[in-house]
Amino acid sequence: MQLKERIMRCLGSDVLAITEYQGDIVVEVGKNRIRTVMEKLKNDPDLSMDFLSDVLGVDNKALYEKAKKKAKKKDEAEAEEPKGPPPPRFEVVYLLLSLKSNERMMVKVRVPEDDLEVPTVTDLWKAATWPEREAYDMFGIRFKGHPDLRRLLMWDEFPAYPLRKDYPLEGQGEERILIYDA
Amino acid sequence: MSNEIIKGPGWILTKLEWLINWGRKRSPWPLPYGTACCGIEMMAALASGYDMARFGAERPSFSPRQADVLIEAGTITKKMVPILRRIYDQMAEPKWVIAMGACACTGGVFRTYSTLQGIDQVIPVDVYVPGCPPRPEGLIYALMKIIEKIEKDHPLYNKAKEFERSERGCACS
Repeated sequence: MQLKERIMRCLGSDVLAITEYQGDIVVEVGKNRIRTVMEKLKNDPDLSMDFLSDVLGVDNKALYEKAKKKAKKKDEAEAEEPKGPPPPRFEVVYLLLSLKSNERMMVKVRVPEDDLEVPTVTDLWKAATWPEREAYDMFGIRFKGHPDLRRLLMWDEFPAYPLRKDYPLEGQGEERILIYDA
Repeated sequence: MSNEIIKGPGWILTKLEWLINWGRKRSPWPLPYGTACCGIEMMAALASGYDMARFGAERPSFSPRQADVLIEAGTITKKMVPILRRIYDQMAEPKWVIAMGACACTGGVFRTYSTLQGIDQVIPVDVYVPGCPPRPEGLIYALMKIIEKIEKDHPLYNKAKEFERSERGCACS
């Protein structure tokens, strides 16, 4: 049986959307169901996604605005005006691997900007601790229940989230808030 | 020796300074601060193929107290700056700094929020070595430049000037 069918059978109604592109399967689930879904994926004997390779954050802000801009240009007939309100700004993407069957999949959760909190999966995979800290460092997405949610790459007093799309590449002179003890 | 003797370039003074400089220039012990690919080139320069030890850089000192030349080889992130500053401050005078490679000089290709755009924003630099990474010859040439700089130095005269200034009660040093 194909992986897609097995995933559908295992998760059922928890799946909001499932897409397959170039052999990569992305499953989108709701924020409040992510814990249940992850437990199912890990413990289901047909899937046994027992290896978490990474947790990523995504900022969708520029994508939506780009699509709108493209649609405004009259000469590009193919571009469609994106319908409805903009999607939630952030995404958290979990990359899973089954060591038994060597199959990979992605699980995607959309996170709105006014409620930047996702339940942690550190108790399911200990490997999630650092990637979740990195996502918190770079995007400001908080992981509820994380044992030690500190910044990982930037120093503790760093006042911004540098991987967000509205952050300038060359920074805003944050080294002023770096404490020298010389 | 009273302060009057070491005023102006007298014969004794120049000979003494020549002696001090001669001692210093033939033992520029490096403190290798290799953080990236330039660190590998620095290792090559210190190893048997290029053998920086020929010029007296015999002992790569990982303790700042026993080093003369800080070779900053590689990218410095802003998070690393306090450590670099502390290493430089712990080095005993006289000390010299070589900024090796594009990253140490200007930040190089990493024009981002996380990278320090040249270590001369934090510590004084004597010799800049361009290149990405510079060949070991480049580093050895920089060491030659440091040696030339030491030859032209006036340690006693500068000390006397400093002493005079402190006697006059001027805070500037």
